Amino acid sequence: MTRYLPFAALLLLGGCSSSSTWGWYVIDPTTASGWINIKFLVSGMGDTILISVIAAAISIALGLMVALPALSHRRWLRIVNRVYVELIRSIPLLPMLFWVFYGLPIIFRSMGLNIPIDPFWGAIITLALSDSAFTAEIYRAGIQSIPKGQHEASQTIGLSYAQTMRYVILPQAIRRILPPLANQFIYIVKMSAFASVIGMQELTRRANELVVTEYRPLEIYSLLIVEYLVLVLIISAGVRWLERRMSADERI
Amino acid sequence: MTETAIELVGVNKWFGDFHVLKDIDLTVGAGQKVVICGPSGSGKSTVVRCINRLEKHQKGTIRVNGTELRGDAQTIAAIRSEVGMVFQQFNLFPHLTVLDNLMLGPVKARGLTRAEAEKTARHYLARVHIPDQADKYPGQLSGGQQQRVAIARSLCMEPRVLLFDEPTSALDPEMISEVLDVMIELALDGMTMVVVTHEMGFARKVADQMVFMDAGEIVERGAPEEVFAAPKSDRCRKFLSQILQH
Ligand SMILES: Nc1ncnc2c1ncn2[C@@H]1O[C@H](COP(=O)(O)OP(=O)(O)O)[C@@H](O)[C@H]1O
Ligand SMILES: [Mg+2]
Repeated sequence: MTRYLPFAALLLLGGCSSSSTWGWYVIDPTTASGWINIKFLVSGMGDTILISVIAAAISIALGLMVALPALSHRRWLRIVNRVYVELIRSIPLLPMLFWVFYGLPIIFRSMGLNIPIDPFWGAIITLALSDSAFTAEIYRAGIQSIPKGQHEASQTIGLSYAQTMRYVILPQAIRRILPPLANQFIYIVKMSAFASVIGMQELTRRANELVVTEYRPLEIYSLLIVEYLVLVLIISAGVRWLERRMSADERI
Repeated sequence: MTETAIELVGVNKWFGDFHVLKDIDLTVGAGQKVVICGPSGSGKSTVVRCINRLEKHQKGTIRVNGTELRGDAQTIAAIRSEVGMVFQQFNLFPHLTVLDNLMLGPVKARGLTRAEAEKTARHYLARVHIPDQADKYPGQLSGGQQQRVAIARSLCMEPRVLLFDEPTSALDPEMISEVLDVMIELALDGMTMVVVTHEMGFARKVADQMVFMDAGEIVERGAPEEVFAAPKSDRCRKFLSQILQH
């Protein structure tokens, strides 16, 4: 591997010096047109973040609702959970996106409902749905890591199932749940790029549009990757901070 | 004639194919103390856990203070409100302070105000001799203190019956007596108690009835003096000689 590194470096340097391979002018902030291009690309950040945050919030709520039946002693409820998780987990994101964006409105219409799905909500629904199978598994693992004795002690002091979850189990399980849940957010941010396909003007869509007019895919997609890298690195730092805080809290 | 607190008649239970309880008959009068002993795996915990429906029996009847234990949520809730339980592993809530451990049930299940619940909690903490640990977390207490908190947590629900499942088995030897002392005080105060334990000194001191179980059956029962002095069955004699050696 290391053998090839010098060659790669050579290639890159050579590329930079000859303008036929590299043309950083498209995103050169010192020129007026380069600066306009950069602003156009980076302004997709808002929608990428917005889509991701809303999808994550829905997934966090949906995941808990999907996870709870998995913990039931009723077999059919556990089966409902399994079917949901296995089904959702096995659908690739892009087909699911097409199904939600192009298919779901037809179902709504056939039910006499007039609910249009725009690219924004189409992307959010798809991301939340797809992610909820994973958050459900995170909740399940976290809740199941709490010893059976905690449930039993709660029962013997008269707590209902909902009270046991709310006051005893979830506050303890949250320490195991939050870090991987935050980690899932990275997955959502990356997968939000698919929203570009249905016309959402987020980071990837803008890069694509600029490539079409400027014919500079190498530079523009390089910047695109850096944009995602910055986003993900910030989230990772947040996850690590959360992990440290959760494990420092010795009581729980 | 004292009234009956707990009554088990012909109780049977299976875990799958495994017949864990075989025709268990047991009557505990109000205010009585019953000590259950027997080898590991003989079904002692299962008997106790059936009484407050942590386990479900499949045959026979269980009555608590006259109410028959059936599967409906209402009956189960009614019976659990009268029956407290102390576990071998304490099962305190590690994320709550001692005070909040004690107040959770009274506030959420019994609907007391926080002020009332705190008063009750502090009262029972004093009764188990740790009034000054209210604001600590369970992890900051010794095993003996944790088990006494667990006893106080049960008492805060004002139960008429207390079940103990090997309450001192997870404790270091030097802490056993502080827990047993609290249990003896409770016994002398007239609490109805069913205690699974191998602490024969405790049994001698407070038990009205000793029950020896083996392989899912009650093999022998009687006043502790009788059982200790002249065990009728070989299995019981062998078991007693083993645990009394220590
Ligand atoms: N949930 C369960 N599923 C299957 N077997 C069990 C379960 N709980 C207990 N048992 C079995 O039932 C028997 C009696 O258990 P237990 O009542 O805990 O005995 P003891 O308290 O006397 O040690 C043991 O053989 C144990 O392995
Ligand atoms: Mg046991």
